[in-house]
Amino acid sequence: MTDTSLRVRHKNHKKLPIFPLVNGTVMILIVFITLYPVLNTVAISFNDGTDAVRGGIGLWPRQFSLKSYETIFSDEIIFNAFFITIARTVIQTVINVVLTSMLAYALSRREYVLRKFITTAFVLTMYINAGLIPNYLLIQRTLGLSKSFWVYIIPTMLSCFNMIVTRTFILGLPDALVESARIDGAGDFHLFWKIIFPLCTPVLATVALFVAVGAWNSWFDTHLYNASKVNLHTLQYLLKMKLATTTNSANAAMTSADAAASTTNTTPVTIRAAITVVSAAPIVAIYPFLQRYFVVGLNVGSVKG
Amino acid sequence: MRSANAETTAAVKKDLRIRPVSFGKRLWMQRQLMLMSVPMLLYIFLFNYFPLWGWITAFMNYNPAKPLFENEWVGMKNFVWLFSKPEFIGAIRNTFAMAAINLVFGFVFPILMALFLNEIRTMHFKRTVQTITYLPHFLSWVIVVGIAQTIFSSDGAVNKLLLSLGLVKAPVFFLGEGKYFWWLVGVINLWKECGWNTIIYLASMSAIDPALYEAADMDGAGRFKKMLHITLPGIKSTFLVLLVMNIGYLMEAGFEIQYLMGQNVVMDWSQTIDIFALKYGITKGQYSRAIAAGIFKSVVSIVLMLSANFTAKRLGEDTLL
Repeated sequence: MTDTSLRVRHKNHKKLPIFPLVNGTVMILIVFITLYPVLNTVAISFNDGTDAVRGGIGLWPRQFSLKSYETIFSDEIIFNAFFITIARTVIQTVINVVLTSMLAYALSRREYVLRKFITTAFVLTMYINAGLIPNYLLIQRTLGLSKSFWVYIIPTMLSCFNMIVTRTFILGLPDALVESARIDGAGDFHLFWKIIFPLCTPVLATVALFVAVGAWNSWFDTHLYNASKVNLHTLQYLLKMKLATTTNSANAAMTSADAAASTTNTTPVTIRAAITVVSAAPIVAIYPFLQRYFVVGLNVGSVKG
Repeated sequence: MRSANAETTAAVKKDLRIRPVSFGKRLWMQRQLMLMSVPMLLYIFLFNYFPLWGWITAFMNYNPAKPLFENEWVGMKNFVWLFSKPEFIGAIRNTFAMAAINLVFGFVFPILMALFLNEIRTMHFKRTVQTITYLPHFLSWVIVVGIAQTIFSSDGAVNKLLLSLGLVKAPVFFLGEGKYFWWLVGVINLWKECGWNTIIYLASMSAIDPALYEAADMDGAGRFKKMLHITLPGIKSTFLVLLVMNIGYLMEAGFEIQYLMGQNVVMDWSQTIDIFALKYGITKGQYSRAIAAGIFKSVVSIVLMLSANFTAKRLGEDTLL
């Protein structure tokens, strides 16, 4: 009696995929925790401003309104910020990809006499950092880059980590590629540009993505060097300033005085949400398509450099 | 036969001019490679090594308006000032506390998540989960802090959940009380980076030889036994390399999140060494003291990095140095 019931239970146990079910549920929960805050912000951005002050908006706007978007796009400053952000992102990315791959190629050539010296000089920069203030003094006082667009570009032309990752990738390519072309009399620039650069697509796409995301998301350089130049403000910096003005209301429960003060249909809460959506949308739209590249790129990076 | 061969090889060598060339000549032959690398060397010299020169001002009473060497030398006075200031000691404590929380969260949760993601056999579902959990990594800290302030506010989602579960009686002021700050930073960091950090573990899991699992199946090992005895040991070297790297960067507890989220009310808990340096250096103009704080941070970082590296070498693992 007991024997058969045990066997039956055992059979059932095998048929019911308990583990995959639990595992799947946990994963869905993780996805929900990841998405909820983001979708909540999107919902707030599409909500009526006065209504949003009451709080408690979930995944869907309670009183649908496009007013916040109309407000932010009626201000010329956001178009300027968009332009500055796109310009810095594109220029910074192109410069980084070209310089990184060129240097990585040179340092991957085993016959290059300065290879060891230059590689060591670069690797050490990952460990030695002069710190915030000396760098500030260099950029602000010695080079006088503040209050200009170039402060976004010049200090960020090259990253050692990206260079090492790219170099590791190039070292993994067959030597014969370069050797045979060299016998045909090709110079290094030709070799690099015609043979190595096209082969580096996966790793350079990763580098480009990392640099572009970093450039798009940066605000601290604007804050330190260009705060007084409104026409050089970036999107993230605009958002950062909105953050500062709404912090107090987010911090404690909204007082009635605060609520009364917001007589217009838009409050900083919905405006901030709308700027958040606008400034995050481009990256969120692009990264899923680059996934296959950055997974490869990251794994090259995890191989000893 | 052999000597004839050697003769021809010698002839060919001579013909191709493979013989020792002087260093200068080799440099000239490699001028294209030099053109591709020496300007970048000068670039990092300017942006990474030259600022180290600024460290000497930590031993001065530095005023940027004066020529460098007309400033008064004060020896270790700035360091003595720093370590007698409770605010700086607090900044060290905060930096280490948040770094430690980030380190533990940043290993435990991504590894767990990767272990369980690895068990999912429906590729479509797995890829979707991965893509979605990478999303927060791509958001800026400004955005993440803005979102966090909404979610953790007194009428935000977290408080609503806690109230409805009956875990708290009144809303918790997560953002306004210092004692929550470190954990808030830990949780927000986890939300932002957990999915992203699984990438590397999943890759090293997929490199594990499938024959090991088949053999374990033969021996009747269950799912959890295989995770414990095959998958986890399989990612050990990846884990150790990342651990060494992260210990080296322990002093980088993050800067942006503390700067953006730390308001005056929570300053005692949010101020890190970097923020301290920024405040005294740029806002108050006390450059020497701020640079001294930065030197302290850099030196501790290097010591941590070298000792982590040394330990990893003793354990017989690949290291970065």
